[in-house]
Amino acid sequence: MDFKDSPDEAAFRAECRAWLEANATRKTRPDQVYGRGLNAEQLMAASREWQGRKAAAGYGAITWPAAFGGRGGTPMQEVIYREEEGQFEVPPNAFAVSLGMVIPSLFVHANDEVRARYVGPALHGTELWCQLLSEPGAGSDLGMVRTRAERCTDGRDGWILNGQKVWTTYAQFAQFGMVLARTDPNVPKFDGLTSFFIDMRAEGVEVRPIRQASGEAEFNEVFFNEVFVPDAQRVGAVGAGWKVTVTALMNERLSIGGVMPPGLWKTAAGMMREAQLNGASALADGRMRERLADLYLNAHGLWLLQARGLTALGKGREPGPELSIAKIVGARTLQDFGYLAIDLQGERGVLAAEEQGEAWRLVEQLWFGAAGMRIAGGTDEIVKNSVGERVLGLPPEPRSDRGVPFSQLAG
Amino acid sequence: MNFDFSDDQKLLRDALRKFLVNESPLGEARRVMDQGLSHSSAVWSGLGGMAVNTLMLPESCGGHGLGALELCVVAEEAGRQLAPVPLASTLYLAVQALLLGAGEAQQLRWLPRVADGQIATLVAPLDGSAMARPRFDGTALHGTAPLVMDGEAAHFAVVLADGPDGRPVLVVAELGASVARRRLATIDPSRGFAALAFDATPAEALNAVDDAEALLDTLRSRAAILLAFEQLGGADSALAMAAGYARERKAFGRAIGSYQGIKHKLADIYTRNEMARAHCYYGAWALSCDAPELGLAAAGARIAATDAFGYAAQENIQTHGGMGYTWEMDCHLYYRRARQLAVALGSRHAWNERLVRELEARLDDTPSQDHKE
Repeated sequence: MDFKDSPDEAAFRAECRAWLEANATRKTRPDQVYGRGLNAEQLMAASREWQGRKAAAGYGAITWPAAFGGRGGTPMQEVIYREEEGQFEVPPNAFAVSLGMVIPSLFVHANDEVRARYVGPALHGTELWCQLLSEPGAGSDLGMVRTRAERCTDGRDGWILNGQKVWTTYAQFAQFGMVLARTDPNVPKFDGLTSFFIDMRAEGVEVRPIRQASGEAEFNEVFFNEVFVPDAQRVGAVGAGWKVTVTALMNERLSIGGVMPPGLWKTAAGMMREAQLNGASALADGRMRERLADLYLNAHGLWLLQARGLTALGKGREPGPELSIAKIVGARTLQDFGYLAIDLQGERGVLAAEEQGEAWRLVEQLWFGAAGMRIAGGTDEIVKNSVGERVLGLPPEPRSDRGVPFSQLAG
Repeated sequence: MNFDFSDDQKLLRDALRKFLVNESPLGEARRVMDQGLSHSSAVWSGLGGMAVNTLMLPESCGGHGLGALELCVVAEEAGRQLAPVPLASTLYLAVQALLLGAGEAQQLRWLPRVADGQIATLVAPLDGSAMARPRFDGTALHGTAPLVMDGEAAHFAVVLADGPDGRPVLVVAELGASVARRRLATIDPSRGFAALAFDATPAEALNAVDDAEALLDTLRSRAAILLAFEQLGGADSALAMAAGYARERKAFGRAIGSYQGIKHKLADIYTRNEMARAHCYYGAWALSCDAPELGLAAAGARIAATDAFGYAAQENIQTHGGMGYTWEMDCHLYYRRARQLAVALGSRHAWNERLVRELEARLDDTPSQDHKE
């Protein structure tokens, strides 16, 4: 048992570090956040530019097969790169969905022509993809998608798309989107779905940013009004949309790590040391010490869970089911951290980063971001159902939708 | 990165599990409890037959020269079955004390007894408290020790005593006729505790100890990691029992495990157990290479495993409903053992403080110094 890099891993780490030293600025504190004073458009432009430089240097998609322009590297190499990159001031990564979920599903389900045209520009950051899945009536129960795609009746070889999506990350910046749509309402809900990709600038596509609870607008509503989609933009067979979607979601599960900011317990301990409680440093208070211990146990425990997963991958095995709990623990830990940091400021905790200084931006982002993390990509409750049923073998709740045609469910 | 047990260690796990499932079912812990025994001698000698007691002994003392990782595997499997045997007292405490504090010749006098199946223990306040200590006059022990794990069954003991100059000293003594033993009533009668009284009991000082208190501190960390594996095993097996019942037991026309009230509770137990496992493995790593992180890793494993086993044991009763509250069901065996282990080396609160002190000592390290996060 050891945590040492193998000689290959050490060499790769040195290579990453050298490239980053030459291309970015090293952080002076772990809680530094990139992009002071930049608006969303400027951050996106910086993210695209950074992705382009990474791709040119071979770090743009480390685990992708070389045939698609990736490095053909291991998940361990991906983690090593992220660990190193985390020590530098670089733009936030806007390509997690585009390159981590959508494009890998094209590898499996799209034809050569589509792949030849779209994979390269996505990898180099010139084209951003979004994933159009959730709807107002289809969240945790994603199979309830109502957006309709109907065959053209005017002789064109294609489909007409009508409906609405919601919670689409970066739709306002994306060139293309992968849509899950219902093509047959008369079969059970998972059987009547088909995947398409669309040009986000196509006629009839309207993107409206959603102002999040935090005040930012990272997500969008997307409306389709009689949008024409050529049949050449269908991905996978008619009725195979659920399969395509599951491929993308599986890729999401494998993109482990990267959620916990490094050194979170140290940031918290530093805040405790400076804050006053009952006339002394908060770090001297027993209750605060207990909270610091809990924070360390969760944050470091997540790092250790990831180390277990990587060890399995390194030996050519599937990571164990224990990784499924990482999101629950991670989001809760970040939320706890946010509360703690704000509480430690006392009355001043009400002040935003504009007043408190840039170091506070991390706290604000984590405090609000964590509330979203507990919902995105499967709510805590859905993840617990999945752990209970798939890991512990507990029976599912009785369902009234099994085998029933969608048209009889939608009401 | 290689954060897992080896294939050989997994084979050892399989063999131990097979043996313990057959020879030390929960009924064995119950038998020890019902009959007022100090331990199960059948299981203890069976484990001896599998060379468990000699895992960490030097080859000169009849051992295998294997490491701590194998002993972690043993601890987890024993914990899973609530095996009523003196593993902690003998192997996690007394043997570790001799490995750390006795010279080669002294080890040769005492450690082969463990290879022969003798039981040993450590007489010291393991929670770090200032409990009254026996007195060592240079050749013999006098006075009492109020709380000794496996004190009833132990053949010999390492004892923290007040030395001739009044300073703490570690000695080793045969627990012969000069030692009066009184079995103590405890909340977990499947494990034995006793009060000992020494009446000029012959003893010899451990001869490779610089600082008895510092050695005890290291010992506490090492034992905490091994005990954490017992707790982890217990937590996993309590979860398996709860999940098994939740799959079978019907209420309002369906299995209770299909209700989110139960399902989410069991998922919460699983979450705690897996977090505890991650910290236990980290402890195993620190123990196996005597890493500078030993104290930190021990505290992390200890707290996470204590919380996990406590929660799993209590919610296992809850999942079983009224049945879980009966003497006949095994739920209370976990509930008892979880509490016994939770305080065995000092409470969660004391360990919390140890953990935070370790963190404070690292607070001003630069990021490159702590690559492990």
